[in-house]
Amino acid sequence: MNVTVPMPNLSLVVPEILMVILACGLLLVDLFIPKDRKRVVGYIALAGVVVVGVVTAAFWGKMAQPATTFSGTFVLDRFALFFKEVFLFTTGITILISLKYLEIEKVSLGEYYALMLFCTLGMMIMVSGADLIVIYLGIETMALSVYVLAGFMKFDHKCTEAALKYFLLGVFISGILLYGITLIYAATGSTQLAQVAAVIKEKGLAKNPLLVLAMFMLAAGLGLEIAMAPFHFWAPDVYEGAPTPITAFISVAPKAAAFAALVRIFYHGIQLLEPQWQILLWIICAVTMTIGNVTALMQQNVKRMLAYSSVAHAGYILLGVLAANQVGVQGIAFYFFAYAFMNMGAFGLVIYLRRENIVGDDIDDFKGLAQTHPLLAVIMVVFLLSLAGIPPTAGFVGKFLLFAAAIKAGFYWLVALAALNSVVALFYYFRIAKAMYMQSPEPLPQLSPGRGLVLALVVVGVFTLFFGIYPQPLMSLAKDTAHTFMMFLS
Amino acid sequence: MIPLSHIIIFSLIIFTIGMVGALSRRNVFIVLMSIELMLNAVNIALIGVSSAMGNLIGQVLAIFIITVAAGEAAVGLAIVVALYRNRLTVNVDAINLLKW
Amino acid sequence: MKDAYWPLILVLLLAVGFGVVAVLMSTLLGPKKPDPIKLSPYECGVDPVGDARMPFFVHYYVVALLFLIFDIEVVFTYPWAVYFKKLGLFGLLEMVVFIAVFLAIFIYVWGRGALEWE
Repeated sequence: MNVTVPMPNLSLVVPEILMVILACGLLLVDLFIPKDRKRVVGYIALAGVVVVGVVTAAFWGKMAQPATTFSGTFVLDRFALFFKEVFLFTTGITILISLKYLEIEKVSLGEYYALMLFCTLGMMIMVSGADLIVIYLGIETMALSVYVLAGFMKFDHKCTEAALKYFLLGVFISGILLYGITLIYAATGSTQLAQVAAVIKEKGLAKNPLLVLAMFMLAAGLGLEIAMAPFHFWAPDVYEGAPTPITAFISVAPKAAAFAALVRIFYHGIQLLEPQWQILLWIICAVTMTIGNVTALMQQNVKRMLAYSSVAHAGYILLGVLAANQVGVQGIAFYFFAYAFMNMGAFGLVIYLRRENIVGDDIDDFKGLAQTHPLLAVIMVVFLLSLAGIPPTAGFVGKFLLFAAAIKAGFYWLVALAALNSVVALFYYFRIAKAMYMQSPEPLPQLSPGRGLVLALVVVGVFTLFFGIYPQPLMSLAKDTAHTFMMFLS
Repeated sequence: MIPLSHIIIFSLIIFTIGMVGALSRRNVFIVLMSIELMLNAVNIALIGVSSAMGNLIGQVLAIFIITVAAGEAAVGLAIVVALYRNRLTVNVDAINLLKW
Repeated sequence: MKDAYWPLILVLLLAVGFGVVAVLMSTLLGPKKPDPIKLSPYECGVDPVGDARMPFFVHYYVVALLFLIFDIEVVFTYPWAVYFKKLGLFGLLEMVVFIAVFLAIFIYVWGRGALEWE
């Protein structure tokens, strides 16, 4: 067999290369930093993430047209850039809220930040993958780091248990995902999305049972990270057991990455199977949001409640995938930024309440917060309003876009169900607000948050409100994203 | 020459054995071994398809899977050891602090 | 096509047959005068102490894991070696980067003291 290796265009992977250097360098730097000053590693990681974020943003103007490198297996378009910014933003905020938390939990180790960067690297590769192999490698780079992070407090029983559950399920599902990739390869002779699409079109394979089965398997594989039903069972357990900053991270970044990969595979790779995957996603979408919201009603633990709420949010975002139009992709992109703000904020509040002997994740821990810390209670209400999708918050705009996309595509019943679900969601978000405003406080030890946490809360709080009142800037970015992404199809 | 369908069916059989094992066994180590079996079934199918198609993509993916499987095994065993030190058990059913 | 396998099967039969015959002959024909020294695992060595199935020093486990990872990664050098000439300078640089990442991880492992034996 004749093999020619064209020199790849490395300029398109500069953010990823920087990330590798940063993560590996951090591991080495960590060796020379004494045990009680591991915060420095966090600061370096944060600075590095900001640099990579700026470098990534610099590509935006040049990428009006998608560009591929590494023989078409790696694509850089505005869709990928937008999601990379979501990941980098989430990582930055997570590092900020971790600084103090790790010291309270007595697991302040430099590897934490390095793993987080490796995880971000995996997600960045995932959204840029134009080949199923690259997407798979991205998933694994991300997942293997997240498993370790989820079990980072290795002396905590719940934490190691959460990590084991996440690991076993994740590895199991990745096996199924791989078989899906193999079936696509067997049916079309390629794993590159563009070639797969071309072969399906050329040979008229749109009803090939092998491909339909492969579609199910791919949806299952990515559905685990998305936490969509019926693969949501791990979410509450892992969210409760994992260190809270990691919970916040898992609830946003891997979900966004899996959604981006799902959208890319389904729109660019097997879009001719649209009738089949629309039926599949319709059912999953309806079940996911209903299960998420109804189960969240019964939770006493705030982390678990937010876990189920994130399952429900995955359901809303699936509306955008299902719509398969430009507004849908715009909605997904916008929603993930909004979701990053509000969910990081809500989990940040849980970390704020962490003090000696109290995890701060029980609803009772929120009792009377409005009296003892009025400002904190107001910020929490902003996040809750945004999660519930009530104006003037970013969550409302995102939800509006998703619903509009689904209506445009003709999914009236599903939108009605989603609206009904949003009403149900109000109840459990309101429970936290009720605990804060209508119940009297218990005598509390003084809360002593780190400066990083306060900064992070202020940033995400301001963004949640700002992009709710004045969404145009983010909206137009999301629109450009969707535009270049859908260009591929025509 | 062995027909491709035989290889695919063979790999599906092994994949199913691994899947059933992963879902039904209670010892974490056996679950891990079953999952490795699933990955190896995928490898068999990939190599078979690759040789039938006459291109190398399947072999490339198989090599990646081998390395990723090693990484998964390392991470998985590390988590199991951490859990064992806390709980002194490797039985999946006994790992039930988190529910509902 | 099928004929090509006959020599292999013949060799297989020969090998198995020789093994079986050799073991059978020695058990049937050989004289048996057992005594404690002959029955010990190492007739002319150190006396074995205790059971082999005892808990291992946990350090073996870390070393085994590290070995597993570093060992498996070598698989990537096989395809590289096969096409070494055709890949040219680019292939060489690629492998240098690959090894460099490995070196970084190795230094990390070393620095964390995972390779020290006490």
